[in-house]
Amino acid sequence: MRPNHNKKMGVALALSVILLAGCSDDKEAQTTPAYSKSNPFPSTYQRIESAPVVISNVTILDGIGNVIEEGAILLEDGKITSLGDDVSVPSNAIEIDGTGKWVTPGIIDNHSHLGVYPSPGTRSHSDGNEATSPVTAEVWAEHSIWPQDPGFQRALAGGVTSLQILPGSANLFGGRSVTVKNLPNRSMQDMKFPEAPYGIKMACGENPKRVYGSKGGPMTRMANVAGYRKAWIEAQEYQKKWADFDAATEAGTAGEPPKRDLRLETLAGVLDGEILVHMHCYRADEMAVMLDVMKEFDYQIGTFHHAVEAYKISDKLADNNVCSAMWADWWGFKMEAYDGIRENIPMVHAAGACAIVHSDDDIGIQRLNQEAAKAWSDGKRAGIDISQADAWQWLSANPAKSLGIFEHTGSLEEGKNADVVLWSGDPFSTYTQAEKVFIDGAMVYDRSNPASWAVSDFELGQIAQGDAK
Amino acid sequence: MKMMKHTLTAVISASLVVFSVASNAEKIAITGAQIHTMAAAGIIENGTLLLDNGKIQQVLDSNTVPAGYREIDAQGKVVTPGFIGALTSLGLQEVSLSAGIVDARVDAHPVSSVGAAYDVQFAINPDSSLVPITRVEGFTHAVTGISRTGQLFNGQGAVISLDGEFNALVKAHAYMHVDVGENGADNNGESRAAMWVALNQSFDEAVYAENTDLSPSEAWEGMITRADAKALIPVLKGELPLLVTANRATDILQALALKQRYSSLNLVLVNAVEGWRVANQIAAANVPVILNPENNLPGGFDQLGATLENAARLHKAGVLIAIGMDTHNIRLAPQHAGNAVANGLPHAAGIASLSLNIAKIFGLTDTLGSLEPGKEASLVIWSGDPLEVTQAAEQVFIKGESMPMTSRQIQLRDRYLNRDESKPVGYIR
Repeated sequence: MRPNHNKKMGVALALSVILLAGCSDDKEAQTTPAYSKSNPFPSTYQRIESAPVVISNVTILDGIGNVIEEGAILLEDGKITSLGDDVSVPSNAIEIDGTGKWVTPGIIDNHSHLGVYPSPGTRSHSDGNEATSPVTAEVWAEHSIWPQDPGFQRALAGGVTSLQILPGSANLFGGRSVTVKNLPNRSMQDMKFPEAPYGIKMACGENPKRVYGSKGGPMTRMANVAGYRKAWIEAQEYQKKWADFDAATEAGTAGEPPKRDLRLETLAGVLDGEILVHMHCYRADEMAVMLDVMKEFDYQIGTFHHAVEAYKISDKLADNNVCSAMWADWWGFKMEAYDGIRENIPMVHAAGACAIVHSDDDIGIQRLNQEAAKAWSDGKRAGIDISQADAWQWLSANPAKSLGIFEHTGSLEEGKNADVVLWSGDPFSTYTQAEKVFIDGAMVYDRSNPASWAVSDFELGQIAQGDAK
Repeated sequence: MKMMKHTLTAVISASLVVFSVASNAEKIAITGAQIHTMAAAGIIENGTLLLDNGKIQQVLDSNTVPAGYREIDAQGKVVTPGFIGALTSLGLQEVSLSAGIVDARVDAHPVSSVGAAYDVQFAINPDSSLVPITRVEGFTHAVTGISRTGQLFNGQGAVISLDGEFNALVKAHAYMHVDVGENGADNNGESRAAMWVALNQSFDEAVYAENTDLSPSEAWEGMITRADAKALIPVLKGELPLLVTANRATDILQALALKQRYSSLNLVLVNAVEGWRVANQIAAANVPVILNPENNLPGGFDQLGATLENAARLHKAGVLIAIGMDTHNIRLAPQHAGNAVANGLPHAAGIASLSLNIAKIFGLTDTLGSLEPGKEASLVIWSGDPLEVTQAAEQVFIKGESMPMTSRQIQLRDRYLNRDESKPVGYIR
């Protein structure tokens, strides 16, 4: 590529983003029920100001199936403003020669417990499972997040720019999840992804029945399903109570508003489509049951998490528009993980369903590119030929869709947030490392400059502070 | 799904071919490969390996196939010794949680008060699905043992072959294991101040027991049981290695100091997250380390110094390192080694950490760990660099026999790749 050194603004694009934002505000005003309107813990995230950045002569995977050889990308005012063979370079731009290197969208991990199960893993830090009742839809993971978890910085060095923090899987309904930018600061709100919807963590199978089997139940899978259905029935009643109140308000005949119930607010939010469902489910037969529960109560399961047997029902997952967030090769640690196979991810992808590589692990999150590489090559050996450019959807675009943030991030397209990773080479190699990581256009990790690395409060002044991590 | 059916046919016929040659240890010439001998010959480009009677007969730097040898063309491939799981519970557990007996976990039993007596040699199950699942990924052997007793020692481990035969046991009493880190302290008075006294006391009693008749008719008032004493005596003589799990730098130094009190101990460190901080002392004591190079988080206050460069720094100081601590996914040890290489470990040391170094630690070098004439023909043909996540084992040999390259997982894959909507999946095999 040959950069032109003059300013060029994507005016049309900026305009369309504004229009789009306007539309969605409008829609919200019309459909959001009263109980979902409040936003008591608003994001205080602020992007770091940066001069424009141009990375040139670089191999670009745009994250939605395209590869640009010897391309360039311009990050400006927090957004991707240009990419392709021919990119204008603003006069004040930081220019990075990407010869021999690769650029991809930042990795988005839609299954993490960083902050709620932080390092060090002391009992006092164990804040991820409210294992006191099988239905704790009223708890919010964001209230457990410790932003000083050093795991965030480690994940950043692996190219992770956004992540979803979930409650654990002890409960049928574990509580709300939250999506954050991987830029921890003083508070959870400082990293909260401003436009991201909430999620709810649900769990199938062994965990709820193991945790509650001797604590009043559920102690069987059938009681798990009864538990979901019972909760949805209550949520429907709550929805109706508020709908009636809203209608009465409209007609000017309303009395006292119904009493707020935090648990049912979250559940009704799911039925309203405001809160996305993230359901821990390993076995194919259990996922098939949940697809019917979903239809019975008219909600959408966004993503099955772990989904170790997704390959057995990949057609059903495609038909029902449900994503699967998977490991490349974890298996066997419990009975419901016994049928794990290495080709799960490519088989789900090949069926036309949405496949996601997730970590659920503070070590695994540091090299999700390698997890994708394993799944991609295992698929290839089994005759499932997927391009690397398509496979990158598992790491950025599909998790972004699963989290409801794809219009903002998850691919390299003009107008999107400049969440970008510069890799030392082909990111499907063990030896390749994230060299530079950008969040909203600011370089937040630079492998070549150890003095610039972020160090959490916890590690400050401790042994090996700022060491190669 | 139609496009996949052709592939399946190919996969099945390929595995049938392998089955047909797996009947006995024939004369085989593997030609054209890059051979990592892990011996004086180093890496041979475009070399030939001659296998006969289950052993490596010759390693040649040319492509000559003598008469009577079946040639396997491995042009462009990589050959290494079979990888050895450095510290696993293979053959001792099928499913870890809520799924029946796990022989790798022991609840305290009266035969032992400190956990030294437990012995996994009687517990090995070569029919475990983990055996072929691990083998098809380039592993021919594994060191296996107990992961938890709740006592001071984690008992005695073994070395097993992954050929799936009933006589999988290669070596019993392959090591004794003790954890002197946070977990060890937690199980022993919840303090290092109790744990170390208990450890010293155990060894002192074993020293004494060597000169006593441990028969039931004789009085024995020791803290350790008779069975513990019998198990610890050979450890004190250095007849089997003592694996010591430790992370904090000072815990590691305490472990090294054991050798000053019990001079014949054959020490091996496990985990050693802060090993790099005392790398010179570890090297000077000639103590090898089994580690997970990806361990870079301060999981506890004994691991604040965790770094991705631990393996590289230890190696640079002259410490022999081995990589691979897992069970269901011990097959990922090459990826772990690859990440150590990405963080400064030389590539050859990465391969050695999965093969030769493990053979050295557990006293297996007479037969395993390198490709030299007279050694067991347990080796792997890889599609490329074994440390690359995109490469794979293409053919595994154990004692000269080509192993079937299939597993329960591969059969599950093929069943669902080849699903026929006209009938229930149970009828697809």
